[in-house]
Amino acid sequence: MSDVAALANVTQLYGTTRALDDVTIALPEGKMIGLIGPDGVGKSTLLALVAGVRRIQSGGVTALGGDMADSGHRAACAARIAYMPQGLGRNLYPTLSVFENLDFFGRLFGQGAAEREARIKELLASTGLDPFPDRPAGQLSGGMKQKLSLCCALIHDPDLLILDEPTTGVDPLSRRQFWDLIDRIRARRPGMSVAVATAYMEEAERFDWLAALDGGKIIGSGAPADLRALTREKSLDAAFIALLPPEARADHSAVVLPPLVEGEGYAIEAENLTCRFGKFTAVDHVNFRIRRGEIFGFLGSNGCGKSTTMKMLTGLLAPTEGEALLFGQRLDAGDMATRRRVGYMSQGFSLYSELTVRQNLVLHAQLFELPEPGATARVKEMLARFDLDGVADQKPESLPLGIRQRLQLAVAVLHKPEVLILDEPTSGVDPIARDSFWRLLIALSREDGVTIFISTHFMNEAERCDRISLMHAGKVLAVDAPAALVAARGKADLEQTFISYLEGAGEGAEPAEAVGFSAPRAAASAVRRFDPARLWAYARREAMEILRDRLRLIFAFVGPLTLLLTFGYGISFDVENLAYAVNDQDNSLESRELLENFAGSRYFSQKSDVTSASEIDRRLSTGELKLVVEIPAGFGRDLVAGKGPRVAVWIDGAMPFRGETIRSYITGISQTWLAEQHRRRGLTVAASPINVETRFRYNQAFKSIYSIIPGVIMLILMLVPSMLTALGVVREKEVGSIANFRSTPVTRVEFLLGKQAPYIVLSFVSFGILMATALLLFGLPVRGSALALVLGAAFYIYATTSLGILFSAFLRTQVAALFATAVVSIIPAVNFSGLLVSVASLSTGGRLVGLAFPCGWFQEISIGAFTKGMDFMHLAPNLLVLLAFGLFYQLCAVLALRKQEA
Amino acid sequence: MVSSLWRIFRLSVKEFRSLLADPVLLGIMFYVFTVAVVQVATGLKFEVESAQAAIVDEDHSELSRRITSALLPPLFKTADVIAPSEIDSGMDSGRYVFVVEIPPKFESDALAGKTPSIQINVDATAMALAGNGAVYIQEIVLRETASFLRRADGDSAAPVDLVVRSKFNPNLNSMWFTAVMEVINNVAILSVILTGSALIREREHGTIEHLLVMPVTPLEIMLAKIFANGAVIVAASMLSLQVVVRWGLGIPIVGSVPLFIVGSILFMISVTALGLLLATFARTMPQFGLLSLPVIIILYLLSGSTTPLETMPSWLQFVMAFTPNTHFVAFAQAVLYRGAGVDMVWREMLILAVIGVAILALCRTRFAKTISAQD
Repeated sequence: MSDVAALANVTQLYGTTRALDDVTIALPEGKMIGLIGPDGVGKSTLLALVAGVRRIQSGGVTALGGDMADSGHRAACAARIAYMPQGLGRNLYPTLSVFENLDFFGRLFGQGAAEREARIKELLASTGLDPFPDRPAGQLSGGMKQKLSLCCALIHDPDLLILDEPTTGVDPLSRRQFWDLIDRIRARRPGMSVAVATAYMEEAERFDWLAALDGGKIIGSGAPADLRALTREKSLDAAFIALLPPEARADHSAVVLPPLVEGEGYAIEAENLTCRFGKFTAVDHVNFRIRRGEIFGFLGSNGCGKSTTMKMLTGLLAPTEGEALLFGQRLDAGDMATRRRVGYMSQGFSLYSELTVRQNLVLHAQLFELPEPGATARVKEMLARFDLDGVADQKPESLPLGIRQRLQLAVAVLHKPEVLILDEPTSGVDPIARDSFWRLLIALSREDGVTIFISTHFMNEAERCDRISLMHAGKVLAVDAPAALVAARGKADLEQTFISYLEGAGEGAEPAEAVGFSAPRAAASAVRRFDPARLWAYARREAMEILRDRLRLIFAFVGPLTLLLTFGYGISFDVENLAYAVNDQDNSLESRELLENFAGSRYFSQKSDVTSASEIDRRLSTGELKLVVEIPAGFGRDLVAGKGPRVAVWIDGAMPFRGETIRSYITGISQTWLAEQHRRRGLTVAASPINVETRFRYNQAFKSIYSIIPGVIMLILMLVPSMLTALGVVREKEVGSIANFRSTPVTRVEFLLGKQAPYIVLSFVSFGILMATALLLFGLPVRGSALALVLGAAFYIYATTSLGILFSAFLRTQVAALFATAVVSIIPAVNFSGLLVSVASLSTGGRLVGLAFPCGWFQEISIGAFTKGMDFMHLAPNLLVLLAFGLFYQLCAVLALRKQEA
Repeated sequence: MVSSLWRIFRLSVKEFRSLLADPVLLGIMFYVFTVAVVQVATGLKFEVESAQAAIVDEDHSELSRRITSALLPPLFKTADVIAPSEIDSGMDSGRYVFVVEIPPKFESDALAGKTPSIQINVDATAMALAGNGAVYIQEIVLRETASFLRRADGDSAAPVDLVVRSKFNPNLNSMWFTAVMEVINNVAILSVILTGSALIREREHGTIEHLLVMPVTPLEIMLAKIFANGAVIVAASMLSLQVVVRWGLGIPIVGSVPLFIVGSILFMISVTALGLLLATFARTMPQFGLLSLPVIIILYLLSGSTTPLETMPSWLQFVMAFTPNTHFVAFAQAVLYRGAGVDMVWREMLILAVIGVAILALCRTRFAKTISAQD
């Protein structure tokens, strides 16, 4: 038997945690391979290494007959491997429809339009998704998301299909359909190997070959029957536990549910509880009552309204109709006392990933105001009880799903609430941990009288509930004890009963047996180093996403326009209406003549007179006055006598530019006044022996807009395009869809360019709007080369979007990328590019900063083409520099982005 | 009340931890309050200083040489003497903002009382520099000509001795101004982005939902974010003022530092609240980025920290009066440069407080409406 993949002495370390510890294993070809084991034992890491999405730290990994450390081999076999990461639909694009998601993947694998169409049709038909090709992926239920994810993985007929916990959080009916689908596909393509990590032992039973992992080591492998025979156990569950080292299985025993002693009255009551989102009714007149101390289970297919009902009971959502009662009181969302009585665990991970496990617990203890020293002990107790001691000082983001779920549970029960509302708390948690969790729940219910309202997809968990309610499409189908429900339907077990209820409600008709894939595999394109089709796939997808994000689109166009209008009208260097006051101690004809020059100027606006030196200080200090003119007693007399009397002007120098401008205004006023004096006194000598002609070039009227508008366009095209692209890649990293980049043949260049291209187009359209506004509204002519301006803008946008992409490629969080882009683009663009201050008067340091960014280079083009009337040849060097900036940033981005996860 | 404050404090500790956990954020904050301040303070000149002028001397007389050599530091760099044909290229490329053209026979015509014309070409696209620089050159030319002619025929002194004194910054050194204003501008950028994105992150990661089922009110969540981010930024900006601006750049700060800190805290409350408010209008980080950017830029450029308020049309001055930045810039200039006391700036402080409370109130309403609602 040959192997599809093999690991030799592989060790992977995350910090001090050994995810894989000297693992050597061969995975047989053409089989259904299962990896089983508790959370955090290295299943995901092993699969990621085989898929080539993670970098190998030490040891050797081969897959499909080649070394996975070799990037050439990885690129060659990317099209033969399909990888579906953990998490419900994490690699899907929520705003894209079912069809569009599949279409995107088809394009990534270089399939033609006809081939894609045919394959998508087949896949949808065989998964039962064919009624909703146009539904956005984000609005699908968990089970449908997983099916769609699987379709995306299967679109290119992989030889090795890798599924990381594909059915975690999926309801039993969907789960059954999912595995039936896999079986059908394998029947059609017998050569395909499938590697699955799972925490469901009953699923593992149907696999051909299993590897059991614990603590980063393989503790057993072989066919399920072999494992059972080896351990002499009847069930795989028991077999797995028998394989564990003695200390790990020490405390394992079956879960026993003591009978319920019914408490007084009801803890939770739902009366005609209804919730509508627009036209969609998520919860439709739901009624139930939960007694104190009862364990009440909530079952239903994904997306049937369970989570919404639970949110209404916690007060997170206000019901559209009906009401929720907690301990007989109408639920008041704002009531702090009620919140203390309730513990809630939401479906997704909702704790702080930047805090450690212990810090998260401590924070919650503090927020619930648990008194010391009990609080510290309680945190310790929780760490021990949920087996979190070993990871207490790690951050949740580095922990596997199952351990994160345990942490969430620990947080929910930390403050000893009277009611626990748990939304699929054991999704993704391994069987041993689940059992210990249930022992805890049972103890809480039976010993402390805590009421537990829990939703689950595990039938063995549902069986442990006192009563369960079956929900479907927003309605409660039945409420009773599990055994009573099974008896009422006359089925063998709860799972059959559940499925029969759902099928009775018209759900889950088996999809028609799909015809075999007829289209041949397009393998040729996969090995191409650069494939414009893959680039286009990413560009097209990115474009669709932004076109659907109305708010972002609006901000992207309205923001620049607002800035242009505000600054076009707002920034100028014509300082006017400067508040001034006089201290005229002379009050003569001559002094009044001099002061009239101030009063008559539009630059100055007179305030009440000052009378003393201390008043001058005070009124200048408060900023009320910007200048004070002081004329001494005897001014008129001295002037006539030719004694050259002194006039003092005090300027507020706090803002130097304003101070300097005032000084130059005063110079102007004094010259006018002198000329007047000469004329008046009949002096024939000309006021000045020469004529000084000041010629304002480029802008004869010296109007601010001629230099501000080109500058503001420079500023906007620096900030907005870089902000548009800055979050692109880093967001995929945070959301998880980066997995598609890692596991498909798309190259770094294709990926980055594809993500950048739509924003170049968008920004260029925005530039068009800004130009139209400048020309039509502000009446600004383009005196120089329009071609240079348009080309320059194109190259400049290319450079600034590349800068954003660069930040996005090497930073890890959206916050950091947002922040870095804002700071790095604003500071040089505003200060060192000639927007407000001419480049000629920058210091050498400032000049260098300006030259180090594209904005200064475009400013010369913008001003040159708009105002200075420069021709194309004079601006050509700047065009080349802008292009070089773009290429340089892009190169850096490509180098900074890793195709494999560390 | 006490327990509410306690919860705010606990949540703030969490915010501190989040902030400290991101080395990139800390790195950028460090850059913004140190290197960036020095860069802008030393690199940016709004006043005429070391401006590069050129002279086209077609006269080659003593007077023309005197004018040429009178363009002196600190206002001007030593002027380049260029040929008439170089005027266009020199000005087009932005190398020279001013070119003085002295025509042939300039000196002899002046001596003969024929009032010759001298031309100053000014690059009017260099806004901040052009107007004031032209006046300076004009003044220099007139002064040099007058003193040259006086020496030639012994004329009398000017009729009035006009003394212009600049208070608070006698040499009108723009570094004094730009350094502190850059700190303030950076404070505004940081506050809006840090608090806003902290809220969006909580939303995107679902943690806000978790907070809302605990005995914590939305107001407490908001105040914790404001307190934590605000405290870090106030502390960083004060350090920056003391270490970078005062010691590093040697810029005198005359006013009361405690008073300035109180004002900074008021300012911080309103800008961080503004960040939160913007975040309630966005659902995702990319939306928030695009929304906050124009707001930040407008605050940066139009609050009086970069260009004087007096240059703006009155409707815009009116609009800007509703932003906290305008009042804080006025407050900071009064306290730090003019040594104003509480008696002189209480109005600005009161307005800052009112704006802060108003934004908070608005934010709280929006918060209740949007954050807890389902997407």
